Amino acid sequence: MKPFSKIISIITPFDKANVDTDQIIPKQFLKLITKSGFGKFLFYDWRFDHDGQQKSDFVLNDSKYQGSQILVTNENFGCGSSREHAVWALKDFGFNVIISPSFADIFYSNCFKNGVLPIILNIKKIEKLLEIKDKVELDLNSQKITFGDEFITFEIDSHRKIRLLEGLDDIDLTLKENEKIRNFEKISSIVSIFQ
Amino acid sequence: MTETLFEKIWNSHVVVERENEPSLIYIDRHLVHEVTSPQAFDGLRFNHRKVRRPDLTIATIDHNVPTTDRSLPMIDETSSTQIKTLEKNCKDFGIKLFGINDPNQGIVHVIGPQLGITLPGSTIVCGDSHTSTQGAFGAFAFGIGTSEVEHTLATQTLWLEKPKTFEIIAQGKRKNPFAVTSKDIILSIIKRIGTNGGTGYVLEYRGEAITDLSMEQRMTICNMSIEAGSRAGLIAPDEKTFDYINNRQYTPKNYDELVDYWKKNLVTDSNSKFDKSFTIDVEKIEPQVSWGTNPSMVSDVTGTIPTPEEFGQNNEIQIESAKKALSYMALEPETPIVDISIDRVFIGSCTNSRLEDLIDAAKIVKGKTVNPNVNAMVVPGSQMVKHEAEKLGLDKIFKDANFEWRESGCSMCLGMNPDILKPGERCASTSNRNFEGRQGSGGRTHLVSPVMAASSAIAGHFVDVREWC
Repeated sequence: MKPFSKIISIITPFDKANVDTDQIIPKQFLKLITKSGFGKFLFYDWRFDHDGQQKSDFVLNDSKYQGSQILVTNENFGCGSSREHAVWALKDFGFNVIISPSFADIFYSNCFKNGVLPIILNIKKIEKLLEIKDKVELDLNSQKITFGDEFITFEIDSHRKIRLLEGLDDIDLTLKENEKIRNFEKISSIVSIFQ
Repeated sequence: MTETLFEKIWNSHVVVERENEPSLIYIDRHLVHEVTSPQAFDGLRFNHRKVRRPDLTIATIDHNVPTTDRSLPMIDETSSTQIKTLEKNCKDFGIKLFGINDPNQGIVHVIGPQLGITLPGSTIVCGDSHTSTQGAFGAFAFGIGTSEVEHTLATQTLWLEKPKTFEIIAQGKRKNPFAVTSKDIILSIIKRIGTNGGTGYVLEYRGEAITDLSMEQRMTICNMSIEAGSRAGLIAPDEKTFDYINNRQYTPKNYDELVDYWKKNLVTDSNSKFDKSFTIDVEKIEPQVSWGTNPSMVSDVTGTIPTPEEFGQNNEIQIESAKKALSYMALEPETPIVDISIDRVFIGSCTNSRLEDLIDAAKIVKGKTVNPNVNAMVVPGSQMVKHEAEKLGLDKIFKDANFEWRESGCSMCLGMNPDILKPGERCASTSNRNFEGRQGSGGRTHLVSPVMAASSAIAGHFVDVREWC
């Protein structure tokens, strides 16, 4: 995974609550067997009409927000299905940061596995961010979002932060604990399915 | 020190624990299906890794499979590719697969329990959010993303932050336990605690109204934990649990020994502290019908569709969500629920496709005919459920009433196979999600119990099924 670096981007306002992963990436696009190429299907039913034409009133179709890497949204983002395709689609479309008052658990965890940073902020800070029309600078290392001479800070679990900043591979790290896993298997009787 | 059931399961699976870091948790059972696994196997190949414990891993094909005649070739090429990919991956990595023509094929959360693979006190994962279903056996069972599927395949462990605990106490007795089902209990709970009321928590369902339920009814409850935001929900195992597991195809040989262990260890100690608590009285619960686009938007069958303001109760975000939901659903506030006409009925999904669900629905349907304006289908949760139902003659009851009787799979719960709603079609569905477009782009879903779905198929609109039995 690529290390997470500083981001300079405008903010895409996405004022919806309870956005489920079925909306982020509808099921007809889950049949690919690769991780890439999902961006063009992101929010498909909201972005396109039945003839496949872009809907002009949908925020992601507004040229103003083209190239934006930061999506600011409302509570319980990413609820529903565990499909990691939702994160792959957001990432492929260009979003590296999702900011929300709350996230669904599985989606939140899936983000970190793909180098996407989910940030939980209170409504007040979110409202502040939504007022900003210019580019902001987001620095994970100092946990700051800077705009003009102002900034707001955010919290992030230190363990997850290091993994993102260094782009560490989870499986590699776990395999370093192999001895402990083996010991666990010796001591605890895990019943094989096929005895 | 007193501990909750969840804490006991967690503590017995910790491999690595360090202060202020996630813990490495051992996984006892890994269930795999065709949609969320191909990229995980690719990752293993790319890094020259093996599956650590093929003997703790099992796969089936459920999301994509057609529910029509399986002797015919599959029309959808991309689905067919995904299925072939899983077949190849299982062969290459030595994983047991219940393939498309296997008598054990079925929805992954239906076959785990019925094969005796799902065990109390174990940790169970699958790349599917409804893995929570299996918490009904007193297991810590939860859905994971594809990266975690790969991680589990490679290491048989996962890094997890310890969730908080949330007890849901369901007390009292249901007034009409045939017509007011466990589906109505869980929908009532989600209505009250909200779609993110359980986020960050593991739910433990407790109380008389839970222990009264059969295992299959308990699975319906735990299945929808994720709709309240909880990755996992569980119920302490009891005699019903042990009886259900006994003598199944993969029930462990040391079953008796395990039952002794489970009895001693798998209870929440009295006076244990939960981080959060909620109590519901089931006596007052009526059959439920969802009217909106998330599973907290639910009304009593004798009720009406609320105004967005009633639903949102001063919360602007909720009021706005309700407005959008009503517009998508093409419904007006204050419409009586029983006045809503339907076009389709779907009895199936990992929530409600087990034998008891089909037996109850068949009791409503027997001797009646589906309303001519309605297309209704029954999709058993597994080939085994289908076979058992056919032995009881349920297929004949449904077919005589003009229901379609299909092969098993996820089917129209999420419409990854050809079973989908057309834009604008309205469906009474025993599934778990009424999200926009979930059952087909532009389709409108109303979540209900199997007996409510069956009665609405006959009537052509929702009815209070209590009046039918």
